This record gives sequence, structure tokens and C-alpha cells, in this order.
Amino acid sequence: MFRFLRMGEKRVKTAFGFLVLTLLMANLALSACGDSTKSATTDDKSDIAVGSLLDETGPLNIYGKPMADAAKLAIKDINNNGGVLGRKLKLVSYDTQSDTGKYTQLTTQIIQQDKVAVLMGGITSAAREAIRPIVDRNKQLYFYNVQYEGGVCDKNTFLTENVPTQQLIPLTQWGIKNVGPKIYVLAADYNFGQISTDWVKQYAAQFGGQVIGTDFVPLDVSEFGSIISKLQDAKPDIVFSILVGGNHIAFYRQFAAAGLGAKMKIISSTFGVGNEQIVLSPAESKDIVVAYPYFQELTNPTNQKFVKMWQDEYGKDYPYITDLAEATWNSWHIWAEAVKKANSLDREKVTAEIEKGLTWDAPRGTVQMDGPTHHATFDITIARANDKKGFNLIETQKAVPPAFEQQVCNLVKNPETYTQFTPGQK
Amino acid sequence: MNLDQLLNQLLTALTSISLLLIISIGLAVIFGMMGIINLAHGEFLMLGAFATLAGVRVGLNIWLAMLLAPLVVGLFGLLVERLLIQFLYGRLADSMLATWGLSLIMVQAVVFIFGTTTQGIPTPLGSFNLGQYSISWYSMVLIFAALLLISVVFWVFKRTRYGLLARAAMQLPEMAMSLGINTRRLNALTFAFGSALAGAGGALLAPITGVVPGMGQAYIGRTFMNVIIAGPGVLTGTTAASGLLGTVEYTASYVSTPFIGQAALLIFAIVLIRFLPTGLSGRWGKQL
Repeated sequence: MFRFLRMGEKRVKTAFGFLVLTLLMANLALSACGDSTKSATTDDKSDIAVGSLLDETGPLNIYGKPMADAAKLAIKDINNNGGVLGRKLKLVSYDTQSDTGKYTQLTTQIIQQDKVAVLMGGITSAAREAIRPIVDRNKQLYFYNVQYEGGVCDKNTFLTENVPTQQLIPLTQWGIKNVGPKIYVLAADYNFGQISTDWVKQYAAQFGGQVIGTDFVPLDVSEFGSIISKLQDAKPDIVFSILVGGNHIAFYRQFAAAGLGAKMKIISSTFGVGNEQIVLSPAESKDIVVAYPYFQELTNPTNQKFVKMWQDEYGKDYPYITDLAEATWNSWHIWAEAVKKANSLDREKVTAEIEKGLTWDAPRGTVQMDGPTHHATFDITIARANDKKGFNLIETQKAVPPAFEQQVCNLVKNPETYTQFTPGQK
Repeated sequence: MNLDQLLNQLLTALTSISLLLIISIGLAVIFGMMGIINLAHGEFLMLGAFATLAGVRVGLNIWLAMLLAPLVVGLFGLLVERLLIQFLYGRLADSMLATWGLSLIMVQAVVFIFGTTTQGIPTPLGSFNLGQYSISWYSMVLIFAALLLISVVFWVFKRTRYGLLARAAMQLPEMAMSLGINTRRLNALTFAFGSALAGAGGALLAPITGVVPGMGQAYIGRTFMNVIIAGPGVLTGTTAASGLLGTVEYTASYVSTPFIGQAALLIFAIVLIRFLPTGLSGRWGKQL
């Protein structure tokens, strides 16, 4: 009946097998491993190679593109201000195409062939966990600049964005106090979503609320009919969204289309990072409450300068400078400051400088690196999406520390620690 | 189960089924009629969504923009057939490779034109209440659109001269050629028609998902599964498969989790293809 299949069903099977095989092939990437020889710092005046691995294409590029733009701008800014150690930085960046397999291959390549002095990047936790073992084997300094589920404790790695304690505590507390106690959690189905959900359960109980339902949604799901039905059955006060990526944007749209906004309110620890408020119409995104360290709307002078520099580079019509983009900008500068202070590119010397509690005057306010945990302390602002594709700031909590990590991780005392702590584990 | 809950379940399940049919029908035509495995089908959907988005941006009414999308994608399909597909008939692996490459090019081209952060189209029409439940009017539009697309395909293949010739060319190509039927032109038309249907699918998707360049990826797997399970009956098979798979996925997602829903869909499809190797419509004889 299929013209080419008049031979019969055997050909169908072959075609089907072919299809499966091709799809598998598309997802396989070979990884190599081996020893690397770090180029020691010399007195040369050549450019310093620094590395960035971000998803600039594929479903994760809503996060990756602004981060890649931030990396370029930061390197340019550092170079315009004389570079470091009297040398200029040269950015080596690869597009990891939203494919965790690519990270394995490209991390090895960027460390061993490009010999970068520092590596920044990785967006999903899966990507970070693909990078870390390779970074560790090669004794490579590495910065991860995305909010994540928390608990990583690793001498080679600095994690500069917010962890659950910094974001979920203010958000859960605010939601229970201002909206209601019954929470339904929707989270992306990988370690970030799973662990974040555990935290929300714990904090909800702590602040007098209760998680009445959870659903984990695979990243390639964009049809939320069954979930919308479940929400209508459960009737929570709050839908707590920890959804991630381009496909999940559909949830907010379908939620609004079904008219659920009148019955329950969305608070989210991920909405906005991927410019969801730009993709969605104002009517679909307004009223969603979020908490982040950075909003483009912050009025401090450092941020005003930063936004101006950004728009001079990328145009006034740039959709929105995301929290992750600003974090990327901060990390490059924090590393550069540490290199200047250490007067060396040496990993251990630079790490020691950051561990002293290096501070950086960031657009989000002061960022203070937290030595023992390799995380950072900064302000967190709660805000509500408005109908102008931006946010209205509600309240700011000053200098919120990575509390859980401080309880479990001390790399100054125990530099050999190499683990990821999870809630309930001490 | 109250009555309102039951009705809500039924309508939501029916919406899922309709959606599956809407996104698969274009692929079913191209695969069932021509034996071309179009791995760029997801990107054809994406193109339909972007055509709609572009239409809305230049100030067209949303429904009008949705009507124009199939034309745009149909023309694009005609171009692709002439430049690429026509050299690959009967070469299964090659056609897969070529269309996969095409899909990558299309995604990057759209990134290049529209950027990665694209504004979507808000869902029109609002919602209505059904007892305690509220349902979007647009899901009713999807159910109606699925019926409409089935009717269009039926009409084209059963009631037009082109459809008659296309079916002849599909069933006995050598005989059709010896009777003087220009199969090359027919192939081009059929591919364009399948593309236009994919464009319509993308246009209907645009107001309920995020319109982003990578959106095709989320659909390609499910559409293929649907079309393989459907078997040779473009219309009967695809409708039956959508009904079956849509129900399985919705029910499994609803009673457990979306992840289990996806798993159930896959397992169901594997078992089904084991016992019905030529798909649901494999034994229904030669029909649409």
C-alpha cells in the first residue's frame, strides 16, 4: 500500500528500524578522555583563551542566547579595561545545541585542545553534571552560572546563581502568606525539577502550607491538557511552576486559555529566565509571581550603567536582559578580579582569592562570594509579571545566603569534598 | 465522577486526539502516498506556526493568518520537492538523511530571521464554564479543525481528478505511467498538499504552544509513531491511530504522570506494531 512497501511488511520493519536507528544516531556523541597538560602562566603577552559552553540553538537557546551575549559583552568590557595581567582575553565558545552528549565531547575539547584558563557554561543540571567529572579529571577551574537545585560541593567549581534556599524560601513564604496554603507543583522532569520539588514540600510545611499534588513533566511535552484537567480537579490556591524550556511555555498559554487564572495563581521559580514574559502575551503572563536576584527594572546606578552598555551593544530593542545573562556577566568579572588579585592564572591561587569572600559590584547589587561553599550571597527580589512584558518589583530581601550549602559544605576546611548534597542529607 | 468532570475529561481527551490528528495528517499523506520519510515534518509544522505568527505581526486577523499558513508551507513544499525530494523516490535512507538535513537548515534559518526569543500568539476566544470546570473555546476549534482536515483530505482524494490520479499512481505507478499519467507532476502536487496540511497543523498549534524555532522537535517522534501505527490508510488509519494513541496518552497522563503517559504511548505502539506489522489499516484493503 505504501508504494515502496509493496514488497510487504518486512520493508516496513526495516524502515521502522532505520528510523529508530537514525534518531538514536542523532543523539549519540562519542566522548574521549585522557590527561591534559595545563599551560602554565608565562610572561608572554599573547591572548588568554577562556572558554564558554552554552546552548545557543535547540530548545534551551531561550536561556543560552542571552548568556552567550553576556559572555561576549563581559569579555569585551574586561579587554576594554586593560584585560588581565596586561593581556587580553580571547573567548573560545562552542554551541552545545541543547544536547547533553555534546557537552561531554566539547568540554574535553575546550580543556585539552583549546587549553582555556577558565571554563564557564552548562545550562541544565544534566549538562553541569556532564561537565564536572571532566573538569575534575583535568583540574580545570569552572563556573556554573544558572540557578539550580543546590548542594554541589566541589573545589573546582563555582556556582554563582541562586540555589533553592535563596529563591524557594522567599517565594513559598510569600505565596502562602499572600495567596493561600494549598500548592500544586509542576516541575521539569530531571534532577533540577525533582530536587526543587522536594524543597518546596519542605518549605511549604515549614510556613504552614501543604503540597497537595505534584507532576513532573518531560522537557519535550508541550500539550498540557491532562495537567489542566488535574489542576481543575485538585483546586489548589497556588500552582508552583518549575517548568523549563521552550516547550513548557505552552503550559502558561493553555492555563490562561482555559481560564484557570481566575481560580488559582501561578508562582514560579523559573518563569522569566527564558524570557517567557516576552514570548507570551501580556494577558497570559501578567500576575505570575517570581523571585530572582536580578531584574532589568532594578534602579541602582550599576544596573543603569549595565543596561545602557548592553543596549549600546545589542540594540534598544533587545527583548529583556535575563537574570542568567547578568549572572554570566558577573562571573566573568569575578574571575577577572580574582586573577588580578592573585596576579596569576593558576587555578589554586585564583580559587584562594575567590574563597576570601571576593565581592563584586553587580547590577543585582553586591555579590559576595561565599568561600566555604563556592556559592554566593546577594539580594533577592520578588516581582510580578506586568502587562508590559516586564516585571513590577514587590519586595527585596537583602543579602540572602546559600543557607543549606553553608550547613553541609565547607571546601576551605575539606577541599577534597566532591559531592552533591540533597535535602534531608547532612 | 460528576457529570461536569466526565464531560471535561471527554472534551480534553478529544482535544488531545484532535491535536494528534492535526499534526500527523500532513506526514501521513507524504508517507502513505509517496513513501518519503520526511524527517523535517516537525519543521514544516514550525514553519506553519511562524507563517501564522508573521501574518499576525503584519496586522492580519489571526484566522486569516491561519488560512494563509498552509498556502505558504504548501508552496515551500513544492519547492523542496523540486529541488530535493524528486531525486530521492524509492531511496528510503537517503530521503531520511536529506530531510533531516533540511530540518536543521530550516531551524537555523528561522532563528536567523526571527531570533530565538519570538513572541507567540495568544490563544483567541477565551473560555467557557462547564459546571466547576472551565474549558478554552479554542480546544473546540481544534476538534472542529480536525474534522475539517479529515473532510478536506477525503474530498481531495475521492472527489477530485487529481485525487483519483494520485491514488492510481500510488497503487500501480507503472500502469498509471503507461496510461499517460504524469506521475512526476502528481508527486510534486502530493508533496505540496502534504506540506500544506503540515502548515495547517502548525498554524493551529501556534496559539497554544510557544512559537519557537526548535518547536518541531517535540512533535516529530509522536507524529511518526502515529503514522506508522496508522498503516497504509492515510485517512482511516490516521484517524484510528490518533483516536487510539491520543486516548492512551491522555488517560495515562491523567491517572499518573505525563512521563508515564509518554511511556504508555511507546509501549502501546510497540505491542501494536508487533501484532499488526502493517499498522491498524494494514488489513483493511486498498482504501484511503
